[in-house]
Amino acid sequence: MSIAAPMRAGARDLAHVAGAFGLGVVLLSAFLAIAGFHVAPALSALWHGAFGSWDNFTSAALVRATPLVILGLAFTLGSKAGTLNIGMEGQFAAGAIGTTWAGLHLGGVPPVLAVAVALAGGLIAGAAWVALPVILRMKLGVSEVITTLLLNFVGVAAVSYAVTGPLQEPSRIYPQSALIAPAARLPHLAAGSRLHLGFIFAIIIAGLLSLLLKQTAWGFRIRSVGAGPRAALIIGRMPVATIAATALLWSGALAGFGGAVEVTGVSYALYQNLSPGYGFTAIAVALLGRLQPTFVLVAGVLFGALEAGAAAMQRDAGIPAVAVQVVEAVVIITVLLTARRRA
Amino acid sequence: MIDGTIAVAFAAAAVRVGTPLGIAAIGETVVERSGVINLGIEGAMLAGAFGAAAGAAEGGVVVGIAAGVVAGLIVAALFAAIAVGARVDQIIAGTAMTLGATGLTGLFAQRVWGTTGAGLSLPTLQTVRLPLLGSIPFVGPMLFRQSVLTYAGYLIIPIATWLLFHTRFGLELRACGEAPTAAASAGVRVARTRTIATLLGGACAGLAGVSLVLAQVGTFTERMTGGRGFIAIAIVALGGWHPRGVAAAALLFGGATALQYMFQAVGSRVPYQLFVALPYLLALAVLAVAVGRRRGPAALGQPH
Repeated sequence: MSIAAPMRAGARDLAHVAGAFGLGVVLLSAFLAIAGFHVAPALSALWHGAFGSWDNFTSAALVRATPLVILGLAFTLGSKAGTLNIGMEGQFAAGAIGTTWAGLHLGGVPPVLAVAVALAGGLIAGAAWVALPVILRMKLGVSEVITTLLLNFVGVAAVSYAVTGPLQEPSRIYPQSALIAPAARLPHLAAGSRLHLGFIFAIIIAGLLSLLLKQTAWGFRIRSVGAGPRAALIIGRMPVATIAATALLWSGALAGFGGAVEVTGVSYALYQNLSPGYGFTAIAVALLGRLQPTFVLVAGVLFGALEAGAAAMQRDAGIPAVAVQVVEAVVIITVLLTARRRA
Repeated sequence: MIDGTIAVAFAAAAVRVGTPLGIAAIGETVVERSGVINLGIEGAMLAGAFGAAAGAAEGGVVVGIAAGVVAGLIVAALFAAIAVGARVDQIIAGTAMTLGATGLTGLFAQRVWGTTGAGLSLPTLQTVRLPLLGSIPFVGPMLFRQSVLTYAGYLIIPIATWLLFHTRFGLELRACGEAPTAAASAGVRVARTRTIATLLGGACAGLAGVSLVLAQVGTFTERMTGGRGFIAIAIVALGGWHPRGVAAAALLFGGATALQYMFQAVGSRVPYQLFVALPYLLALAVLAVAVGRRRGPAALGQPH
């Protein structure tokens, strides 16, 4: 069940991606028409929500792209080593809890340090959340696909418990936490914009992961284990289980970091439904980016735009935002089919 | 504190809640035995639930059941076309199916019923008390005062067992799951066999969605399956890829889920989220302890 087969991305892929998106939007339009919605205002809202203005693009699309890119990179890292981390939704939730807990205790700490501690809280919580699947895979050979998937639901329940229990805001009325210390919040990139430093982190992580996978020995081992575990074990004498486990652990940590960035950059507090399914959408992002960090970045921005457009479509045209998942599905399937044809 | 009445109510709830999980999981067992893992059964189940609600609202429960099964079949047919026919990665293809089904059912549900759901006018399945069997103390109310879909679920267990282990088709199907290349050399049409298995699984997932709507919840809401299809996939592993074991695992899951209703009724001070999480934690524990190195079909998830 490995999807780590090396694929080369190029200009032709961009054409394919554009085509896949176009097909997705056409099909969505068809379904909207069948359901009896007005198609033109829906598509107009979808476009304007994402690209209607510089502010829409940066404050809505790029803000939503940020967690998608980080989680997409997390999935990429795991997949390169032949593991499938389907549990990013849970690790994201765990990271958000860890960061919120840390952020609530950081009053009076200098800003840079406070941000670092808050983000570390999410990173560690994400790693802790994936630790059990890692151990079960290493020690007992239990597939991480099922264990990480199951822990998604536990993560959602954990957030629900946290915001009605230990982390609930002081008045104990709303199911949410208090706001984290101002020092622990990520700065905005421009006055009046909601785009925050987390997007820069996402770009940096994409660059680092790309370097790591291509230029370092560890990256080479990860790719070897993902491409052919038996060859890596027998010819390369690599500790295959350990390398895969380490990659999965870091994948979980990175997904937790995604939750940390969302709390410190956008919500400043823990809520139920903090993620509208980012953990699953990011799988599509990683796949669309052909598991290559720089392309995952581009794919994340496209999907972030789609999510921003979906929110506008719900707000302005009364169409449930969930409908854009049709586009996401069409994009995934189209890319799968075109990648296969050229393989 | 837990007297006989509550115990009986709990046992009956465990079976009722376990029914859609069991039906979907036994269907997925057939699918996985053929070497295909379909994460799209979450979407097929959701489509089945939508079909059941739409069909039942239009033409009563029988139409609802039929529409739900057909909806599950459609999702499975799409999955089979790309995952078996075009041989793309099954995990990703299944995820895409679930995404698409979630989007489409959410879109149409909003249009047909608005945001309030379909509950107002939906006919549902009543419990049917089986003669004699329904009178047995404890076991009667637990197993034999259920909806017809639960009884259908009981029947699926021996049917799937017979199909998998006592027919030529079952032998070929399992060969496709263990060694598709060898099976193909022996003249088995692997793609055809896997497609049939996937369609059977889709019909079961659709029926599971029907059961969720018509025998349990009584309405349709966006994303209402809430991961039950994924749980069914875990149940397949827990049950050791055998219909009987899978049915037992589904009952265990039904029980763990029903526990939260019971504790709410008793008024426990334990946070309810613990009970929400319990089925998943239980599944992890059983996977770790009981399954361990026990393997699924050798070629599971491998395109052929």
